[in-house]
Amino acid sequence: MNDLIRDSLDHCVKCTICETYCPVSQVTPLFPGPKYVGPQAERYRGAGPSADSSVDYCSGCGICTQVCPQDVKIAEINSRARAKLWEKRGVPLRNQMIARPTVIGRLGTPVAPLANWALHNRAVRGLVQSLVGIHRDAPMPSFAGRTFQSRARRHHGPAGAPAVVYFHGCGTNYYEPLVGEMVVAVLEHNGFRVIVPPQDCCGLPLQSNGNFPAARTYVRRLVDRLAPHARAGLPIVSNSTSCGLMLKREAHEILGIEDADLKVVSESMYDLCEFLLRLHDRGELRTDFTSLPMTVPYHAPCQQRGHGIGKPALDLLALVPDLHMIELDVDCCGIAGTYGLKKEKYQISMAVGERLFKDITATGSDLAACDSETCRWQITHGTGVKSVHPIELLYRAYGLDRRARAGSVSLESQTARVSG
Amino acid sequence: MSYDTVVVGAGLAGLTAALRLSERGHRVLVVARGVGATHLAPATVDVLGYLGDTQVASPAASVPALVSTTPNHPYAHVPTEQLATSLEWFCTKTAALGYAGSVDENLLLPTALGVPKPSALAPRSMSGGDLRAGGRFVFVGLKGFKDFHPTLIADNLNHARLPNPIEARALELTPPSSRLGDLSGRVIAGRFDTEHLIDWLAGALEHGVDLDERIGVPAVLGLRSGDATWQELEKRLQRKVFEVATLPPSIPGIRLSDVLSSALRDGGARIVLGVRAVGARAKGGRVEAVEVVNATGTVSYPVSSVVLASGGFASGGLELDSFGATRETVFGLPLTGLPDTDRVRFTPHYFDTQPLATAGVATDDHLRPVDSSGSPVYENLHAAGAILGGATPWKEKSGTGISVATGYAAAEAVLTSAPMPASEALR
Repeated sequence: MNDLIRDSLDHCVKCTICETYCPVSQVTPLFPGPKYVGPQAERYRGAGPSADSSVDYCSGCGICTQVCPQDVKIAEINSRARAKLWEKRGVPLRNQMIARPTVIGRLGTPVAPLANWALHNRAVRGLVQSLVGIHRDAPMPSFAGRTFQSRARRHHGPAGAPAVVYFHGCGTNYYEPLVGEMVVAVLEHNGFRVIVPPQDCCGLPLQSNGNFPAARTYVRRLVDRLAPHARAGLPIVSNSTSCGLMLKREAHEILGIEDADLKVVSESMYDLCEFLLRLHDRGELRTDFTSLPMTVPYHAPCQQRGHGIGKPALDLLALVPDLHMIELDVDCCGIAGTYGLKKEKYQISMAVGERLFKDITATGSDLAACDSETCRWQITHGTGVKSVHPIELLYRAYGLDRRARAGSVSLESQTARVSG
Repeated sequence: MSYDTVVVGAGLAGLTAALRLSERGHRVLVVARGVGATHLAPATVDVLGYLGDTQVASPAASVPALVSTTPNHPYAHVPTEQLATSLEWFCTKTAALGYAGSVDENLLLPTALGVPKPSALAPRSMSGGDLRAGGRFVFVGLKGFKDFHPTLIADNLNHARLPNPIEARALELTPPSSRLGDLSGRVIAGRFDTEHLIDWLAGALEHGVDLDERIGVPAVLGLRSGDATWQELEKRLQRKVFEVATLPPSIPGIRLSDVLSSALRDGGARIVLGVRAVGARAKGGRVEAVEVVNATGTVSYPVSSVVLASGGFASGGLELDSFGATRETVFGLPLTGLPDTDRVRFTPHYFDTQPLATAGVATDDHLRPVDSSGSPVYENLHAAGAILGGATPWKEKSGTGISVATGYAAAEAVLTSAPMPASEALR
């Protein structure tokens, strides 16, 4: 597999299509473009790392691979080259830190009020920028204080219903547990029992930051948790598109993991909206939607498009009466996971996102929808517009928010408050 | 999600077929390995430029002659009236780019090498370069912009055989420096979109160009703002300005792809890139579902009809393996135009007639691929664009014309056989 990915560089005909789409090389000379750094430079890397470190400026959005008409795995080649680079030089401490969301989550959750105060404090952020290298203005989500896992343990779903396994990811666990509750509520509304296995990071941030060995450890640990369910024939759904893609494809294609557990998990993985749309295709999705008279711009994040499943969120939301979704036609918001947090990359990430920010602002809407959590935080940071996962719109359209309000859950802060 | 039609390929033929079907009420899914050759070709619609070695003045008048000498040519399956209709339809759908020209006469537009190339249609930002009437031209180069040499263009055109005499000269300008190092066409176009580079260009051209000179600039006047920049430039300079196609990437080609893609999106069609159509589930001579490999594995999309617009060898619609075997890569369709011998696949001289030049699928008059007996392989599978055998597009200058005409005709064939989309019927 490793070789098949690398060998795809021989399919490159130098058409430059990837270069015309690369959102990063269009805004900075520090990244000379996916073709140069990918299929071209890879020929010279041989067994050792390249002398050229510009590959570190690739954000890993993956658009180059999606648009390449010759099936060259450009982003994958670049991701590996980045890992080789850092293997030799040693991954910097900052990158080691921000690439471990579960560690940060566990540290921040018990002291959430203090941590959130610090995250929103200009002086502290200035200090963090100079000491650690996380840009003072970069969007950082607030800790929810109580994890989704702990909430899920107290939740008792309908017994006897068909089961679905929920892989919620770190964003939902530590920052947006209410999104997780909405996922569970929508699935239960559709007659499912939701199993929430204990789970940890998928390793994607470590992979993007070039620490492959640690990324492999994380993804293996997660796969161990999920595989028994997959083997039992249960579908696994995820509302985190990038983490879902990690399990579907990247752990295999980029980290080179070949094992039966990963394979069975990959084959059982569904993006949340993909799963719900399949239900609808079979006539099994409840369509008791109430009217949502709103116009909402929708951004399909790069990693969502990497699934190759179309835009199921739009197909689902089209079922909601009076809800008008605007399909945005911009490739990338710029954040690319942890990329835009870094002091030296923050400006690049904001320049990449500028077009998206403008297009969202131009709609005049005070709400945007997007599947990926870090992209949502970036959108809110770049536009001031609140940004939600499509599930929140479905949740409201099902009237589940009114039911919840009658109970105890507050829905005023479904998504994480973003600092910066 | 259920779709009425799956279109395989996101090049000009695929987007054309998809848009025609979508506007007639079909729910369309476009699947493609990546973006199409639109991004490499200059965005002109070249219906027929050469008949043998003779330059064609009127494609409408010459296509019948081509079809009579080459009866397996894709145009043989597109009635002359439909060819004209397809071009008119194309012009309406791309109104934002203002296509000029018609099937009745070819424009003669300069290429980046200074060769006059016959095209039936061109975006209005390019059509002003029509060389037929002769006159004075100045070609503008941008220092640092690769593969665009105004002196080469002017010299070659001054020596070219043209209907009326021209006088061409070169002018090299130095764009204001940018923090972006590589001056690719995409980067310059981006600067026109965001940096008001037009102020610099208009200023630089105001003096030093005579009032009767037409100004040819590389086709990089903006991606989102290309047409508007061109209009503004003509207004400010009070002279005829035109874009000259560059080497890839083609900015006008990306504009065209964007216009067609956004029309598709606005009409509710879905475009999925980075996936691979790998086969069909068929029953009773009909394709029931198209199989597509995405991040998870193979998924099936049930369909009423399919349009195959996966391109030729260059785009991977056709493949020649190291054993010398040629195959159609999606459905394994029978091919025509393959040389008899097992070994000879190339002739030594690049510009000679290559043995595989006309390889592709053969079709009936509904553009359905046929087997050796002439019967359609699948009742509801239609083909369009470079996957079709029988043409020599690079020599005929017919590639984009074939894409538009057969993309449109394939859609019409689908509409004739399935006028009421299945999903409509279900509602």
